[in-house]
Amino acid sequence: MSILFSVSISKRFWRVWQRNFTVYQKIWKISFVPPLFEPLFYLLAFGLGLGALVGNLTYQGAPVSYLSFIAPALIAVNIMNNSFFENTYASFVRMYHQKTFDAMLATPLSIEEIITGEIIWGATKSVIGTVIMLAVISLFGLIHYPSGLLIIPLAFLGGIAFGALGMYFTGITPTIDMFNLPIFLFITPMFLFSGTFFPIENLPAWAQTVALFLPLTHLVKLVRSLSFGAIYPALLWSAAYLLLFFLVFFPLALIKMRRRLIK
Amino acid sequence: MQYIIEAEGLTKKFDGFTAVDGINFHVFAGECFGILGPNGAGKTTTVRMVYGFSPKTAGTLNVFGLDIEKDWRSIKSRIGVCQQENSLDPDLSVEQNLLVFARYFDIPSGRAREKAQQLLHFISLDNRRSAKVTELSGGMMRRMILARSLINDPDLLILDEPTTGLDPQARHQLWQRLEELKAGGLTILLTTHYMDEAARLCDRLVIIDHGKILVAGKPLDLIREHVGHNVIEIDDPAESLRAYVKSLGLEYEDLGHRLIIYGQGKDELFHEIGDRYCTGGCILRMATLEDVFLKLTGRELKE
Repeated sequence: MSILFSVSISKRFWRVWQRNFTVYQKIWKISFVPPLFEPLFYLLAFGLGLGALVGNLTYQGAPVSYLSFIAPALIAVNIMNNSFFENTYASFVRMYHQKTFDAMLATPLSIEEIITGEIIWGATKSVIGTVIMLAVISLFGLIHYPSGLLIIPLAFLGGIAFGALGMYFTGITPTIDMFNLPIFLFITPMFLFSGTFFPIENLPAWAQTVALFLPLTHLVKLVRSLSFGAIYPALLWSAAYLLLFFLVFFPLALIKMRRRLIK
Repeated sequence: MQYIIEAEGLTKKFDGFTAVDGINFHVFAGECFGILGPNGAGKTTTVRMVYGFSPKTAGTLNVFGLDIEKDWRSIKSRIGVCQQENSLDPDLSVEQNLLVFARYFDIPSGRAREKAQQLLHFISLDNRRSAKVTELSGGMMRRMILARSLINDPDLLILDEPTTGLDPQARHQLWQRLEELKAGGLTILLTTHYMDEAARLCDRLVIIDHGKILVAGKPLDLIREHVGHNVIEIDDPAESLRAYVKSLGLEYEDLGHRLIIYGQGKDELFHEIGDRYCTGGCILRMATLEDVFLKLTGRELKE
């Protein structure tokens, strides 16, 4: 298929972001609830329940409580889920069921601007969720400041990385039910094996290597280090990996969505 | 003379299937131009190319004298489109649908608010501005889609089967609005498979089938040229009538249980047939665009 309209992204993509924000403003009271209560549930179940069995563990040579170990991971998982689910299920509904993108394509917006706006919006939801969770978790004294504030821009970086991945799947999935597959194959294993609930050092050597390729591993590492106030240069590699992940999947998402919608 | 739309050899192929097969047409400023055809004839594909949704495979296509491939953004900013499928935003209220759409065109919010107010009045929905669009009836939704397509004060309005699925009241409501817009000088490109709609709204039209233009012209001229003034329809024609019609050398169509005779000034012939051959239903009526359409595109099912 010929690429007719050359790839063009102007600042007009904000119009797409604004559309989603306008909808969000109508339902923000409900949208606020999950990031408010989810960390409380997890902290209660894993931190107090499981933590009583686990006791303290050693992270980077220092003993930490299980509660302070998993709290940052919950933020990282939330960053992943917010943007990934926004750019899979929610974007798919807008594209396929509501014909929102079709309507936008009859205006001066390009397909690239629509997709960019959607991904930036997904990342925005990651940031909103992160701010709320940070506030809740900080009440338990589990976040070190001011380094903890860096988790907010980090949420945006993680958001665009997982959002671009989600949008790529939206570009290729035939029906909404098929999202079960990437979730089963990528999201669930990442949720479990990215150093979230236990240090990846506990995994066999080969699995540790595999885990290093998972973007969530790097996001968890970053959030945890910032929460502990332990900042060191090697963290930049983890941030660079997330950026690379975005830079690979963003153009792929644009190509797949153009193929899907422009006929 | 500058055309609003200028299509030469316009072609669209999908994986070897030719949906639009090298068509030529021009649309003048201020006219309503119709593209008629059965389902699958290539109507929607054609207008999608005009409003910059689908890239063309071959040919040239200029809108407002600009090349759609190069100047798509400035062309799209001057077009209003009513797509065939309902693409109103169900997450937003009636008024928000207009305001959010205005932002896609970079219309400042004060101006958008004013315009939305004016348009809601135009489509008689001013008292439903905060309703959810999902609460609207089919006719109201269609009017909303029309209002939304006018938010940018377009120089060209494109309507893809605007009244499909509407009841007669809702259709007439919409036609009235379109006639008002036409009277205001707006150029309209319309696709439809309703002949009464085309006859009422279109100044000129083309009938297409299998991606090719069969005829082009003004509705009345097309009727006169291809069918004549009147049509006689006879139910369950007798063999003797068939022979009689054949002997007169009239232009007719034999559908088995129904005979359709085309031509001019049939009063005498009609009385003749009525007196001598008519056993059941026999009518003399004005020729319509539908006669032209069926004659040219055939009577068999298209899908």
